[in-house]
Amino acid sequence: TRTLEITPLNEVILKEIAMFVESFIYKHPQEAKYVFVEPLEWKTNLDPSAFESGYIVSETTVKSEEVDKDGQPLLFLSVPHIKIRSLGQLSRLLLIAKDRKSCNKNPGLDYNTVKEDTSTVNILDKITKDEDPESEIKMKVGMLLKQLDLYLLNHSLKRISLQICLNPTTVKNHIELLKHFSGKGEQTVLESIDYTSDYEFSNGCRAPPWRQIHGEICYVLVKPHDVETLCVTCSTEGVFLNEDEGEINYERKSEIYKDLVTFFKRKIGKIFRKYDIRFTEEWKKENEEPKEVPKKEEADALPKAFLASSKNILEKNQINFGKIQMTKRLEPTLNWKATVDFKKNTQEKKHGGRLGRSGPPVSPGRAQLVRKSAEKIEEILSDSSSENEEDEEPPDRRQEANADLPSEYWQIQKLVKYLKGGNQTATVIALRSMKDFNLAQETCQLAIRDVGGLEVLINLLDTDEVKCKIGSLKILKEISHNPQIRRNIVDLGGLPVMVNILDSPHKSLKCLAAETIANVAKFRRARRAVRHHGGITKLVALLDCAQSSAKPAQSSLYDARDVEVARCGALALWSCSKSNANKEAIRQAGGIPLLAHLLKTSHENMLIPVVGTLQECASEENYRAAIKAERIIENLVKNLNSENEQLQEQCAMAIYQCAEDKETRDLVRLHGGLKPLASLLNNTDNKERLAAVTGAIWKCSISKENATKFREYEAIETLVGLLTDQPEEVLVNVVGALGECCQEYENRVLVRKCGGLQPLVNLLVGINQTLLVNVTKAVGACAVEPESMMIIDRLDGVRLLWSLLKNPHPDVKASAAWALCPCIQNAKDAGEMVRCFVGGLEFIVNLLKSDNKEVLASVCAAITNIAKDQENLAAITDLGVVPLLSKLANTNNDKLRRHLAEAISRCCMWGRNRVAFGEYKAVAPLVRYLKSNDANVHRATAQALYQLSEDADNCITIHENGAVKTTASLKREFLGYSKF
Amino acid sequence: PPFPKIKKIIRENTFTVLEVECLIRLFHSLVERANVRLNNFGLDRNAFRAILHSVFGMTDDMLMNRVFFAFDKDNDNCINAKEWVKGLSVFLRGTFEEKLKFCFEVYYLNGDGYISQEEIFDMLKNSLHQQSSEEETDEGIRELVDITLKKMDYDNDGKISFADFEKAVKEDKLLLEVFGPCLPEAKVECQQLKLVKGTF
Repeated sequence: TRTLEITPLNEVILKEIAMFVESFIYKHPQEAKYVFVEPLEWKTNLDPSAFESGYIVSETTVKSEEVDKDGQPLLFLSVPHIKIRSLGQLSRLLLIAKDRKSCNKNPGLDYNTVKEDTSTVNILDKITKDEDPESEIKMKVGMLLKQLDLYLLNHSLKRISLQICLNPTTVKNHIELLKHFSGKGEQTVLESIDYTSDYEFSNGCRAPPWRQIHGEICYVLVKPHDVETLCVTCSTEGVFLNEDEGEINYERKSEIYKDLVTFFKRKIGKIFRKYDIRFTEEWKKENEEPKEVPKKEEADALPKAFLASSKNILEKNQINFGKIQMTKRLEPTLNWKATVDFKKNTQEKKHGGRLGRSGPPVSPGRAQLVRKSAEKIEEILSDSSSENEEDEEPPDRRQEANADLPSEYWQIQKLVKYLKGGNQTATVIALRSMKDFNLAQETCQLAIRDVGGLEVLINLLDTDEVKCKIGSLKILKEISHNPQIRRNIVDLGGLPVMVNILDSPHKSLKCLAAETIANVAKFRRARRAVRHHGGITKLVALLDCAQSSAKPAQSSLYDARDVEVARCGALALWSCSKSNANKEAIRQAGGIPLLAHLLKTSHENMLIPVVGTLQECASEENYRAAIKAERIIENLVKNLNSENEQLQEQCAMAIYQCAEDKETRDLVRLHGGLKPLASLLNNTDNKERLAAVTGAIWKCSISKENATKFREYEAIETLVGLLTDQPEEVLVNVVGALGECCQEYENRVLVRKCGGLQPLVNLLVGINQTLLVNVTKAVGACAVEPESMMIIDRLDGVRLLWSLLKNPHPDVKASAAWALCPCIQNAKDAGEMVRCFVGGLEFIVNLLKSDNKEVLASVCAAITNIAKDQENLAAITDLGVVPLLSKLANTNNDKLRRHLAEAISRCCMWGRNRVAFGEYKAVAPLVRYLKSNDANVHRATAQALYQLSEDADNCITIHENGAVKTTASLKREFLGYSKF
Repeated sequence: PPFPKIKKIIRENTFTVLEVECLIRLFHSLVERANVRLNNFGLDRNAFRAILHSVFGMTDDMLMNRVFFAFDKDNDNCINAKEWVKGLSVFLRGTFEEKLKFCFEVYYLNGDGYISQEEIFDMLKNSLHQQSSEEETDEGIRELVDITLKKMDYDNDGKISFADFEKAVKEDKLLLEVFGPCLPEAKVECQQLKLVKGTF
């Protein structure tokens, strides 16, 4: 046994035990006399002189006068060792010690009780086994001790329940919530909040395993408004600051706060005060939710819940008694274990073949015994849901030391030994030999890591030996295809070293480093590390090689090597360009003209990463403009005709990204890009490429001219053929393209003739939001054609569209409502059709309560169409459409204004709705619409005011609000538009 | 030209006239500095090793000896002007093939045209830092010898022929100096080229 840490909880427990023992002799005199089978032994600094009557005291020893049946004293002190064999003696000793507090303070007591704890349970054990005359007293002692045990457990439960105990799930939820309320602008709580690590271990933690041992869950970088970024540690014990100039420093730099928001409030109070009410509400909800759930359970099965919680506390107690107090320990995932071990061991030249794998710390005897006493309770529990997700053992891919390791493992281990202990010659031989292993195989990749090879390989990059660097990079390049290894490389600080190598005059070295970076930078943290160490600028500089050597006077040999350098640079940039900040960094480093120049080469190997990078970056407006300006589209179109499928795919992706812009769409057409796109549709085996090609067609077909061209190239028929049996990524684009193409009459007819309506309507029942948005749009576009509308109606498409109004996603709702408009317009008996949907009208009217402008505009448009039928207009009037529309009148959104005005004007046609709109104060805001710059708004508003003005009161309102000028123009508008 | 043989030397080398002149002048100043006997005009082994060490940054005595023997084509234990220029030509400007040949010459010492297992052991014997025991170190070196033989001895005759060596190195250039550095380092090479061109 060892000393327990002094924590509030342990102290309380200690006090309770002391109290129990002290009073034992009075409360249970008979049991106090019971003699233990084995004495309690410990060291004490109690002075023999403290003992008085009842003891035989000498200078260094004390014997109790009370003896057992063999004549042995029940208390024997031989400084500093003390042995006690009955609870009565223990009780007396404590009383003596209490009197002499000055000489026997906490330490003594500490030992005292810990000892006592273990041995009492030992006694319990023996009691149950023995059967002798005294067993009754034994039983009683046992019972008393057990009572104490239970009492202590319950007591601790109360205390622990007061402790804050964050777990990964709560932390994650809190961070998600905060993220939701982060961003630029006044309305937000923070500017940004981000994890330092993308990688989440299976136990929900993001802290490296050796920090998880300390209860740390994750680290977050927080950027409050107007203040430097803070680095914050979230641990099970709470939240605290650990900042050290942007790098994680595990040292605690502030107090521990109970959660993130408390931390922010206290730490950066002023700034955080801006957070709005919505956030506070959400936060409260977030924190209440979990509590509500157990409450319900409690109501259902109170005893069970109670037992469950007491079981929990038992488990917690194990740990309290073991080593770590207060909170449940997070089980670190072992994925990185060996790396850590070896990190520590680097100094040691030799390390044995065994991997140290320390299992979860087993708390000493006491814990198991507590469990024993808890077993009964556990038996009663059928299967309490384990809410402690930390308990999950992560899948450990590391090979067990004693498991049958593949022979490669041992061979690689030997090679790593030579790497560590050899000079340059031996190192090169070992590296060369290591390369002969199948490095594409995970066994070998992990073996290199597990024997500490990664670290050596990275260290080699820091030496002056070119050959060693080349050899090492050749291996790193191969094994970094493994995601685990990538992370390990980043954790070991491999990236800065590789970035430095990019400056080397040695070309093959540069290439290898860039290629390895390309493999490693597949996740965010790595990409950020590349940027932070100046890697982007250096990589962009690599692109320049080919350009400088394009000058004459260079031999062709050098030319080829320079091209290779540029290719590797582009490869690395391609990986890096998946982070937005890197896109900007590439642009700032002057990457765009260089990429544009490389695009003119004819090496496919070069073109793929170059187009890949451009395509990735084209998500940024800056790039799209530059791509247009640098005449890149031309080359993209040219390479669509390449034989290489990957290149075709990347080019199509790039066009897809850029063709949101009208000029770009025109450029694609002018350079003859539409035909190759259309012909690529015919090859459907390569789904990635098909997705890219259909994407490009979708965006290009936004231009009418392009849609016409696609018809000429017979792309419409092919697209319709792709409406079935394709993956969602393809379907989204195909349907999107059809939606755009069907804005044209001929195309609509074509789609119908090719039998495209059935598969389109079938797609209305999907769940993919983007797909639904596109499908509704395409169906809507087709419904413009009365003949197509008949088919859609027959296929029950209108009902499907209507039910999509219930979709939780506002984009889908809006798109469905827009699509309903032409349906209602073109359906034969539209009024009857709409009435058929039970509760349909009520539902759509209630959508006017939405807070999404696009949804509102679309619903207004739909209502305008519904209201064309008198019977339906009467129905929606009864459903309260007038007040709902009036409520929306105060808006600045021109799209909403237009459709709202149209809806109002339509709704005026029934009963006393005109008067009602005036009563609900819709008229005055409508007059202000006339100041809008949008002609459509003017026309709709004019019509609405014309309808409203038939009521005298409204006329007054119009005159009061409309200046002479507006009325004058109003008249003009009346004249102009009422003819329509 | 100050030396009658210079034309012949130029013909056999990749250097320009000016460069060769520089090299020869350098050679003479080195010879003077080394203060060798007149009857055997040239650099003896010690003087040459000193140059290899100070100018080309070589450290391994045994390999420097071997480089000396590779330079010393006529086996007179002395490097004359012709050998000097010819050797440096490979050293500094050698094509891959020339370097390949040169390295092989350095590695096979006893002249039978093969690198034997014992020779490899000899060359690698200092390549591992002292392990806990001498046996362990020896075992490690034997292992390295096995690795290289397995890698390079294509015809499985227990020794490395020039054909073996050539094939292995062509497959992976890292193996060019597999048994120890015997060529100037890449960056030293660059500097030396400048030296030859300019300052001397």
